[in-house]
Amino acid sequence: MWLSRPFRERSTQLFLGVLLAALAAVTFLNLALPADNPFHVSTYTVTLLGKYLSYALLAVAVDLVWGYLGILSLGHGAFFALGGYAMGMYLMRQIGDRGTYGDPVLPDFMVFLDWDSLPWYWLGFDMPWFAFLMVILAPGLLALVFGFLAFRSRVTGVYLSIITQAMTFALMLAFFRNEMGFGGNNGLTDFRELLSFDLRSDATRLGLFIATGIALALGYVICRAIVASKLGRVSVATRDAEARTRFLGYRVERFQLFVFVVSAMLAGVAGALYVPQVGIINPSEFSPIFSIEVVLWVALGGRGTLYGAVIGAILVNYAKTVFTGVMPDAWLFALGGLFVLVTVFLPKGIAGLLGYRFRGHRFKGRHSKRRSSAPDTSTSDTSTSGTREATA
Amino acid sequence: MSFLSSLADRDRVFDFLVPATSPVDVRHGPILYLEDVTVTFDGFRALDSLNLTIDDGELRCIIGPNGAGKTTMMDIITGKTRPDSGSVWFGSRHNLLAMNEPDIASLGIGRKFQKPTVFEALSVFENLELAMAADKRILPTLTARMSGESRDRIEEVLETIGLIELRHDPAGILSHGQKQWLEIGMLLMQRPRLLLVDEPVAGMTEQEMERTAELLTGLAGKGKQSVVVVEHDMGFVRSIARTVTVLHQGSVLAEGSMDQVASDPKVIEVYLGADPAEEVA
Repeated sequence: MWLSRPFRERSTQLFLGVLLAALAAVTFLNLALPADNPFHVSTYTVTLLGKYLSYALLAVAVDLVWGYLGILSLGHGAFFALGGYAMGMYLMRQIGDRGTYGDPVLPDFMVFLDWDSLPWYWLGFDMPWFAFLMVILAPGLLALVFGFLAFRSRVTGVYLSIITQAMTFALMLAFFRNEMGFGGNNGLTDFRELLSFDLRSDATRLGLFIATGIALALGYVICRAIVASKLGRVSVATRDAEARTRFLGYRVERFQLFVFVVSAMLAGVAGALYVPQVGIINPSEFSPIFSIEVVLWVALGGRGTLYGAVIGAILVNYAKTVFTGVMPDAWLFALGGLFVLVTVFLPKGIAGLLGYRFRGHRFKGRHSKRRSSAPDTSTSDTSTSGTREATA
Repeated sequence: MSFLSSLADRDRVFDFLVPATSPVDVRHGPILYLEDVTVTFDGFRALDSLNLTIDDGELRCIIGPNGAGKTTMMDIITGKTRPDSGSVWFGSRHNLLAMNEPDIASLGIGRKFQKPTVFEALSVFENLELAMAADKRILPTLTARMSGESRDRIEEVLETIGLIELRHDPAGILSHGQKQWLEIGMLLMQRPRLLLVDEPVAGMTEQEMERTAELLTGLAGKGKQSVVVVEHDMGFVRSIARTVTVLHQGSVLAEGSMDQVASDPKVIEVYLGADPAEEVA
């Protein structure tokens, strides 16, 4: 079974081990220790960590398309936000008649806009199974249509990056409009319950944190399974020499589409787990800046390793939390400085520091070294092939 | 009931699983016909009613000065370029002009480009794995597991191209010559009927050239592959060629053995720009 393949890899075992140990440790420190113990992890911190983990899942999704397929998506925030909106719509419908205006069906902002019935696209979101399906299907469908058009026309490289950026920007403008029926500027908020668990209770918050951790583990395993399969090797081949891959008989655009859609679905799940933890979803999640920031996390963590994306997302967001608390104005300078430092001193990102080096980069490095001393190596190469011939 | 039992019958595969491409028909001898093929780029005639026939199992060298249309001819055969007029047949059954690039490739026409493009981040073995004739749709690729048979096939090709000891090394560290062989190996993995090889020895050392000559002559043969080599290096062509075709301004100038061609006054004129009467070395 191709999905079980990653469990036999050392790197995946290590990653899952560390992740599950961290989940268990946080749970223990939150539940078992009294609040005045210095090692106690507050529920506030648990929710913050849960947010980081949902960002990490988003970063893994971006790394899948960027690191292994060579598609630099600057619009993955759109898939994240769509997943978030699908979850937000479910949570809005769960409020019922407890909203400010007390309408049993319509969310507050619709009452405020004098709407008398739910728009058709809000139907069904009171059913959790439908909403959770939409969390995956809505981003997947957008990626399918967008990717189909882009890859069929063989749009790649910087042009693709620009149109992904345009896509998320267009969606942001659309979702800002009140007439769209997604709460406009304010987005969706004031959530109460998820599957009849009170979102404000400590237990639910811890549960959401654990669920996000498990989703990250599953997302990681799915990505690893794709990357370690023959399809993953076709992706890397596409990344490095698209025309050549096509010439081998692979319909490159379909492979790109497949991986892109899987990645968008993972991003949607990340968004859906993000929303109940932060308690709001609004069009700013569609902003191009956010999508670019995600790419920065991946670059900082180490592109094309998957776990590097996780490390990058968690570290950068932790730094962001600290910085914006201590000196809010300095954060963007710190982020920019960090990016410059990593690009100059750690071209393979933080993952490059960990000893394991990303295959593509490692090979290129060795290759260029070989090139510079080409005269002697080429003669030794032919002599070895000569002896091989003799033995054959 | 009989329908159910027919479904349960595993002796044969379902009809829809049988590939639509039928085998190449070479009963009449030739594996490739080009007839009156003309291609114009912005008024420039890259090919001018070109006629060419390659027999099954033949090793054919094609030479010609720059701009003679050698690369355009390869592009036509592989479906990259469409001719303005003429017909191109693979065997006597397949009209190549009615097919697209991937279909032509899966039919058994492999092309090695001038500049070797191997997947540098993947190992030699993985390069061959990707090139292997297999179901190349998405889900079969995702769930693909290497069978012992495929592994043997890869090992066999590794042996043929002399890279067996480097199989787990990334293709990026191979020397130029080794990359060319890997490319040829990748073509062989697709079990092609016809190999189109564009300038295989450009930039190679003497030893690498000899090795390549052996490799190419070993590949061609009845029941094996037919090989078409486009090459500039006359010494190399002389060492492998049985039949040589000289292209000039988009059509065939001369065809025959290397000695015949080399003494043809038209060829001498085109190649050396010299008077036919002048002595040629």
